Amino acid sequence: MTADATKYLSHLELGERDETFLDSNELIINMGPQHPATHGVLRVILKLDGEKVLGTECVIGYLHRGVEKIAEHRTYTMFNPYVDRMDYVAAVSNGLGYCEAVEKLLNVQAPPRANYVRVILTELNRIASHQLWLGTHALDIGAMTPLFYTFRDREEILKIFEKYCGARLTTHAFRIGGCLYETYDGFERDVKKFVDFVTPKIDEYEELLTTNRIWVERTKGVGYISAKDCIALGVTGPVLRASGVKWDIRKAQPYANYSEFDFEIPTGQNGDTYDRYLVRLVEMRQSLRIISQAVERIPEGPIMAKVPKVIKPPVGEIYHSIEAPKGELGYFIVSDGSTQPYRIRVRPPSFVNLQALDLMVRGALVADVIAVIGTLDIVLGEVDR
Amino acid sequence: MLNYVTSYLNSNVTPGQAGNVFWAFVYIMVVFAGISLAVVAMNWLERKALAHMQVRLGPMRVGPHGLLQPIADAIKLLLKEDIIPDRADKAVFWAAPFMVVMAAFTTYIVVPFGPTHAITDMNIGILFMLGVSSLGVLGIVMAGWASNSNYPLMGALRSSAQMISYEVAMGMAVVSAVVMTSLNDKGVGTLSMIGIVQAQQQQGIWFAFKFFPLGFVALGIFAIAMVAETNRAPFDLPEAESELTAGFHTEYSGFRWSLFMLGEYAAMIAVSSVAVTLWLGGWLRPFPNALSGSGWDFVFSLFPGFTFLILAGFAFLGVIRMPKHPYFKAETLGLAGFAGALGLIGLILFIPPVRDRIEDIYWFIAKVAVFMYLYIWYRATFPRYRFDQLMKVGWKVLLPTAIGVLIFTAVLGVTIK
Repeated sequence: MTADATKYLSHLELGERDETFLDSNELIINMGPQHPATHGVLRVILKLDGEKVLGTECVIGYLHRGVEKIAEHRTYTMFNPYVDRMDYVAAVSNGLGYCEAVEKLLNVQAPPRANYVRVILTELNRIASHQLWLGTHALDIGAMTPLFYTFRDREEILKIFEKYCGARLTTHAFRIGGCLYETYDGFERDVKKFVDFVTPKIDEYEELLTTNRIWVERTKGVGYISAKDCIALGVTGPVLRASGVKWDIRKAQPYANYSEFDFEIPTGQNGDTYDRYLVRLVEMRQSLRIISQAVERIPEGPIMAKVPKVIKPPVGEIYHSIEAPKGELGYFIVSDGSTQPYRIRVRPPSFVNLQALDLMVRGALVADVIAVIGTLDIVLGEVDR
Repeated sequence: MLNYVTSYLNSNVTPGQAGNVFWAFVYIMVVFAGISLAVVAMNWLERKALAHMQVRLGPMRVGPHGLLQPIADAIKLLLKEDIIPDRADKAVFWAAPFMVVMAAFTTYIVVPFGPTHAITDMNIGILFMLGVSSLGVLGIVMAGWASNSNYPLMGALRSSAQMISYEVAMGMAVVSAVVMTSLNDKGVGTLSMIGIVQAQQQQGIWFAFKFFPLGFVALGIFAIAMVAETNRAPFDLPEAESELTAGFHTEYSGFRWSLFMLGEYAAMIAVSSVAVTLWLGGWLRPFPNALSGSGWDFVFSLFPGFTFLILAGFAFLGVIRMPKHPYFKAETLGLAGFAGALGLIGLILFIPPVRDRIEDIYWFIAKVAVFMYLYIWYRATFPRYRFDQLMKVGWKVLLPTAIGVLIFTAVLGVTIK
């Protein structure tokens, strides 16, 4: 194992070798792909001086399924369920991005009612994703209990998904041109009930963590990244906002019907793990705001636009991006006029955000690596695709 | 034989003190079995209490409410393949878990469950206790080193650094309690565990409340340091699951791994017993001053019986709430049997001679149980400290505070007397 790791490190620039106390040797540790805190199958090779991290190298690809290549052999409709399997924690967002990209290519507009349903489900999914992030992140830092609280509450969202489309995780909720399913009876009531249910629960998570001394010590100043570095690396989502950049595609380049809702973009100042935690918690509350507005105003009407049975977009290319829970999720689709896309390229937020890992943990301790992997909120299904 | 029994029952010193090898042997057996049983019970209780704090059920399958889960686990662990890694230092790898268990169990030699209920009463009891309990770290370092693997090595290094730093603050807190024992007419203190409790009895106050808040702060320091000492959350860095997979016992499996667990839980009970002995009056019943007199003595002597009856009541409640389905018949009967056994023990504890002899042990165990519950509670509540923060807390907060407490205790002791 060690020999293997050294092979990888030999062509890395891991900086000057530090003068170490008592001339101790550097330790190379292979963290993952089977490790409880690497959120799946991320492999990180750590170069350590005792507990201090001198450098890291991410090895990815253990969950590579060739999603982008598969797309070239499927029709536009057939590829739709595949995108759910990328960021399986926020499958609805993936679907929204893909459907909207193809709609843009086809020059089709989803009907208003479909847009409302899409926004409600996507924001519910954002909360679910953030809840899962919070639980696992807290577990990585050693607090066991929030995990079970967040999973308990996430269950309610999954129940709504299940009632709506029959699936809980990989929902395949949207179709090109709108939604396939009309909302079930009592959908609005369920969603309102959920909003009332989860608002105090978010306070409950905060009660356990926000002012917890150990939590604050473990997260404040840990994994700092400046706004400049974020932009240079292309880091988006809550990580970017916690560094003080007010950039959210829902506001900057509104898609679906986000421009109709009143919500705020939370930002942090310090760009550390604690700020990212706070930003995500506020985001959950803002999502609830959007949901309650949407569910009040949801109009009647068709749920599906008029799209041809065989989807054959004109020759051309399109890039469409949405604000997924983890950051900017973009789809670049090249159409050659046939029923199958010539090329699909996904811009996965997790993959891009993961590039900041090395910068954020250099000089920190081993425990911080875990905290930073958690705070980046990566899903390996999306990193590897 | 009968003489032996009566001679022991009438003596007022511990078997070890009396030089009675037979009774000392019996006590060692009883304590060993009792602590092992307590570890098994603690295992179940921790999983249940933790589960209920975390909105889940915990073990429910093996036996009613998972009561037989620890036994099932033990069988599973015993039957598992015993793996010694190829590159490991086999002899050291083999010896390490025994070292941990031995260190944890040896400390019980001086733990006073009652004025006569101890294996022996050494005049350096607390010193012996601290010395032997810190031998446990040797086992952990051996395990980490012998595994010949990176994660266990880092776990072992963390463990040794952590234990050494917290030992200092812990020792200071202990010394302040020992200083308090010398506040008598002769001005002579004691290191004997039984002597310390007797000093609290004579002074009519538990040391936790002596020179308030000094005693209390010392107890607090000890209570924090002992969590670090036993590698439990929030100081569980040596086996930090999310960082070092399992820390020093990553390479261990099956029975050897269970020995580490046994050692850890036994050590938890051991250090809790020290805290109880030094600050919470050991085997003494609560409120000896405010609620004194033979009437109150009688009321307090009924506590053990009632405790078991209440437990039996809860178990019966479980029986009633069991689903009425033939599938659950065996479980319902089992739980009813368990409830019946608890109730029977409760009733036996009301018999006067038993009552008098068991009371000391009851209060001691009840106080230790509070600490054990705190361990579970910490684990459910706190995130884990980082290594440098752990050191900071140990050296920059606990140690100065402990020294301050020690100085103030000494000064107050001299001036007030």
